[in-house]
Amino acid sequence: MQKQLLLGVESISQGAIDGGMSGVYAYPGTPSTEILEYVQTSPVAIKRNLHRKWSSNEKTAYESALGMSYAGKRAMVCMKHVGLNVAADAFINSSITGVNGGLMLAVADDPSMHSSQNEQDSRFYGNFAQIAIFEPSSQQEAYDMAREGFSFSEKTGLPVMLRITTRLAHSRAGVILSECQDENKGSLPKDDHQFVLLPAIARKRYKLLLSKQSLLKELSEKSCYNKYIPGKDKRLGIICSGIAYNYLMENFRDGECPYSILKISQYPVPEKQVRKIDDECDEILVVEEGYPFVEEKVRGLMGRDKKIKGKFDGTLPRDGELSPDLVGKALGHSISSGMSIPDLVVSRPPALCAGCGHIDLYVAMNEVMASYEKGHVFADIGCYTLGALPPYCAINSCVDMGASITMAKGASEAGLFPAVAVIGDSTFTHSGMTGLLDAVNENSNITVVISDNESVSMTGGQDSSATGRVESICAGVGVDPKHIRVLIPLKKNHPEMVKVFQEEIAYTGISVVISRRICIQRAARMKKIKK
Amino acid sequence: MKSDIILAGVGGQGVLSIATALGKAAVEGNLNLKQAETHGMSQRGGAVVSHLRISDTPIASDLIPLGCADLILSEEPMESLRYLPFLSKDGYVVTNTSPFVNVPNYPDAKKVMDEIKKLPHYVAIDADAIAKKAGNVRAANMVMLGAASPFVDIEFSLLEDGIHAIFDRKGEDIVNMNLNALRAGRDFAEKNR
Repeated sequence: MQKQLLLGVESISQGAIDGGMSGVYAYPGTPSTEILEYVQTSPVAIKRNLHRKWSSNEKTAYESALGMSYAGKRAMVCMKHVGLNVAADAFINSSITGVNGGLMLAVADDPSMHSSQNEQDSRFYGNFAQIAIFEPSSQQEAYDMAREGFSFSEKTGLPVMLRITTRLAHSRAGVILSECQDENKGSLPKDDHQFVLLPAIARKRYKLLLSKQSLLKELSEKSCYNKYIPGKDKRLGIICSGIAYNYLMENFRDGECPYSILKISQYPVPEKQVRKIDDECDEILVVEEGYPFVEEKVRGLMGRDKKIKGKFDGTLPRDGELSPDLVGKALGHSISSGMSIPDLVVSRPPALCAGCGHIDLYVAMNEVMASYEKGHVFADIGCYTLGALPPYCAINSCVDMGASITMAKGASEAGLFPAVAVIGDSTFTHSGMTGLLDAVNENSNITVVISDNESVSMTGGQDSSATGRVESICAGVGVDPKHIRVLIPLKKNHPEMVKVFQEEIAYTGISVVISRRICIQRAARMKKIKK
Repeated sequence: MKSDIILAGVGGQGVLSIATALGKAAVEGNLNLKQAETHGMSQRGGAVVSHLRISDTPIASDLIPLGCADLILSEEPMESLRYLPFLSKDGYVVTNTSPFVNVPNYPDAKKVMDEIKKLPHYVAIDADAIAKKAGNVRAANMVMLGAASPFVDIEFSLLEDGIHAIFDRKGEDIVNMNLNALRAGRDFAEKNR
């Protein structure tokens, strides 16, 4: 057996390849990005020519994966937690259509918001879609679950969700690999109405989904990933899920926990085992990373008088990621921290790289916007969001992918002038194009700045779907070509940039200013490759 | 045996490459390993940290508990202080002395060094200067790795093997320069611990 050092995310990629996957679809997003990246460099994936290119957004990725499943092959789709909001329509409906080839959604949540705008818990989505969720506690489990996920999906006829959180995603450990399975040959669905969600058909399909719930529960109760570990001390029973199990066991370094443990790594929640720990133990502690998902379920299963400790009663914090120390505190252990941090240590937030084109853009924009009161610039998600911080303080919003253009539009309709949107090239093709169409249709009086660095940079410089297409997309959507202006953000072009911004803000109607210079990190990487 | 190591630095400094070299050596030595890294937004010049745990018995948590780290290895002096709550009573701080100033309120460099000198166990090393002497300032990471080696329970020869594994395809000169940097770092730490 081969042992490899893999990140949690890479374990998922390798598991999916070894599980006979024919294609992976994704849009980059921390902490999920490396799942597809790993497949791009995997020798087996290259030899088999598995699909491994980036999609424009999570919804297109999800639908492509569903199409591959329709054609009888095994597909994986990957995204960060907020990406699932974008793909939610396809995701929820895919549990009604069901699958033909195995379909697996790998979704990475980001508690503590290391690189995100919220810390929503994807297990609620899995529960909403009424499908099975797998939540590994180790890199090995991540590998095994990804490898077996496709056959589970085919056996149950439903997509499966594989949910991880940041720490496991970006933690490395040795993983023992199993043999690599063949791909499916491909076949059409037996029922040619399976994927046609007309109301009359959808009603039948939904009944079928409901009828499968008892099977999913039974599979959870029998799952090797859900373990009941009896303990001697019956005063407390601990229910923990995913990586929380590791933090729990860290507090018992000899590997012996005196309390009974129910480790949950497959959902729906295994009710039999929950009833058992309820019967055997006086009090219950629920430890999980994310929202109190298991805790809510468990509360519904246990008597009203049962004392349940967790996130609702403050035994564990509601927000942020867990740590071995937080779990230790919840157990009543005393935590001996080392020395405190000297007062002179200051925070070091991320910053735009020296020489970045976004900097020249913001310097020019700030000069123009200085003639107005503050609060007129709607921005979006990417490196350029760092323009909110000093020394630029150039933007006033960052909400979700594509929101810059449509928020500027709405604000202008409320009478705000000027209303300026700043959006990156990849964010524009992800979710900005349709908003631009709305603005064109109403000839909104807004100025859209597309800061095009020909790369998806915040996530490490992946290829952008927009490269080489930005002007033609804007013109195609209907922006007057006279008001599609292209600038090169460099110090020497500062006067020209200022002039163009002033002209386009003064123009009454929709205009687009494309500020284009390649990401300096990407340029450096490309130079290295050429060498 | 167990070594719990906090690797600290600023995004882009190469903290992950040190972690990778140590991790490879640990796996070659048939030890268990867990290594939690910082990816994403902080890599743009923010504070980055990696938790590296090596043990001959199974490791539970991917994160090191507070007060348990045997070593803080930092590529930057202020960053070496940020993770002190993780350091055990007998733990060492090994830090590069060159400040990386990318925030306007970076403290006075001398005061940072004064704080480091208050620590019970530390090695402060000018890795850039030593790397330059060894042949190339870009080998500073290997100097830091060498400086950490007396405090980590991994055979030194495995670290040398790791350098071969990483640099062999770049030719003998590069390998030797990095080996020299590694050894120079170790010598300095042993003399100045």
